[in-house]
Amino acid sequence: MARITLENLAHSYLPAPKGEQDYALKELNHVWQDGGAYALLGASGCGKTTLLNIISGLVHPSQGRVLFNDRDVTRADTAQRNIAQVFQFPVVYDTMTVRDNLAFPLRNRGMDAAYIARRVDQIARMIGMEAMLSRKAQGLTADAKQKISLGRGMVREDVNAILFDEPLTVIDPHMKWELRTQLKQLHRNFGHTMIYVTHDQTEALTFADKVVVMHDGRVVQMGTPQELFETPAHTFVGYFIGSPGMNLFPAAVQGRTARLGDTVLDLGADYGTPQGQVQIGIRPEYTQVSDEGLPVTVTRVEDVGRHRILRGALMGHPVNAILHEGESLPPEPRLSFAPGRINVYADDWRQSAKGAA
Amino acid sequence: MEKTQNNKAWFLVLPVLALVAFSAVIPLMTVVNYSVNDTFGNNEFFWAGIEWFDEMIHSDRLHEALGRQILFSVIILAIEVPLGIFIALNMPKQGFWASFCLVLMALPLLIPFNVVGTIWQIFGRVDIGLLGHTLAALGIDYNYVRDSIDAWFTVVIMDVWHWTSLVALLCYAGLQSIAQAYYQAAKIDQASRWKVFRYIELPKMKGVLLIAILLRFMDSFMIYTEPFVVTGGGPGNSTTFLSIDLAKMATGQFDLGPAAAFSLMYFLVILLISWVFYTVMTNMDRADAQGGK
Repeated sequence: MARITLENLAHSYLPAPKGEQDYALKELNHVWQDGGAYALLGASGCGKTTLLNIISGLVHPSQGRVLFNDRDVTRADTAQRNIAQVFQFPVVYDTMTVRDNLAFPLRNRGMDAAYIARRVDQIARMIGMEAMLSRKAQGLTADAKQKISLGRGMVREDVNAILFDEPLTVIDPHMKWELRTQLKQLHRNFGHTMIYVTHDQTEALTFADKVVVMHDGRVVQMGTPQELFETPAHTFVGYFIGSPGMNLFPAAVQGRTARLGDTVLDLGADYGTPQGQVQIGIRPEYTQVSDEGLPVTVTRVEDVGRHRILRGALMGHPVNAILHEGESLPPEPRLSFAPGRINVYADDWRQSAKGAA
Repeated sequence: MEKTQNNKAWFLVLPVLALVAFSAVIPLMTVVNYSVNDTFGNNEFFWAGIEWFDEMIHSDRLHEALGRQILFSVIILAIEVPLGIFIALNMPKQGFWASFCLVLMALPLLIPFNVVGTIWQIFGRVDIGLLGHTLAALGIDYNYVRDSIDAWFTVVIMDVWHWTSLVALLCYAGLQSIAQAYYQAAKIDQASRWKVFRYIELPKMKGVLLIAILLRFMDSFMIYTEPFVVTGGGPGNSTTFLSIDLAKMATGQFDLGPAAAFSLMYFLVILLISWVFYTVMTNMDRADAQGGK
């Protein structure tokens, strides 16, 4: 088990990258604490898998260093790093039985037979495949195969970290939930450092203590699910986390007020005079639909069960608002924002209020 | 719902039937005809029954040719299959050199059989051939015309040169279909190079490899042109394989009856071995599929 430190790390798949746009992973400094459960969240192609493969040693970074505790492993190969990784699509050794598949990493490390047998039984119980141990892996269903892959990832107890690269893509929804719970359980029992890559926010938020959001080859925010929700550091986080995402409007911010068209809004804190392209962001959850505030044009109302989502336009900008149970839609609806819940962005990055963190 | 029974569609098979009759059945029947008759020309035939078959089955000449044939097929399979796999494993996977290697490997396959024979016939000659002359200059006593071991050596090397590419290219295609994640997972699992081959590459190559073995077996079992051009079956009878012997009998000695009986048995042997091979292959697939369920 180890603390993983990334120093000035960047990676380009091109032999001679010319500018920042050639980098799949832009320069970043980051520490993964020993025993943490992290989720790496982002849209497809944002560099998540690259980052993961750099940590596991399958890809060597163009620049920067990777440290396990205080040992520099930047140039070390995968075997020396002692990492387990589970891939997006099931990788099983077809000609082996399920038992041999699970035992494979242990046998390769020369563990003794009695220990292997005990450990394999334990893992098989965990992934619910005790009954299939003697079957050949070939011809199993995709989710059974993926469970074997997961089991093989978890079978070694002394690994520095376990990396998951969207491991539940091929698993059906019910099993997904169950396996995620088991992974969480495993994390509690053994305290491995776990990094879980996904583009599904529900998966990320339920699995991890800390969620790392990546966008366009960059880590844009790392925080608890609560932080990601309340104070997204980047407009991408606001948009990506939450359903629907955060509403953003271009505005002129001056001190404690923001001017949106002709309307002046109270921000609840002093933001000075931010430069660049200034936007304010508000979560649909913190909007209030009533007959006071800014006029809104409603295009449709979606009923999602627990609440209704109002979709419309506010001064020509798309807006979403939540209508809670029991709230009715006035004939001429207007929106008001909870003052302390407005975030201010300059060039997509969140500005902190004066006197606050 | 009632279905009307109409079997007239069977008539649509007639053209194919006629075609197959002319291309296979009728020529085959003439051979069958020869094998049960004796003839001295002038289209006169005397019924011989199974006499020729009886004679051929007990003929030492045929036994020896069959023995040489089996030995030849075993030797070239034992060389070409491992060598082909080895080459496939070491070929570049992409880029310019991958295409270059593919073209290079395909070249021997494109050369007509008798040209291959001629190339090696000249290549191995002690007086003017590069191989033969060089070996002689090095003090090695090599002469495929005089020495039967040298003749075998030449014929085997020629077949390896001609056909290893086929095995290599088929294996290469099998290897290319393996997703990168398998190699990555093997690294993570700390599998040795041998285990990567044994548990990832070999299982993925199995299908194409079996086809390669079947093709190479059938081709080598019926080999005629190349050894005929190089050694003519000699020295003595040492490289007289089944086809060469058959041709000698039929067109050299005009023993049409025995030759016809010989060729029918030859055909049946190949059919039998291919059938066994095919059955084993399909049963293996079925066993694999059932293993999982």
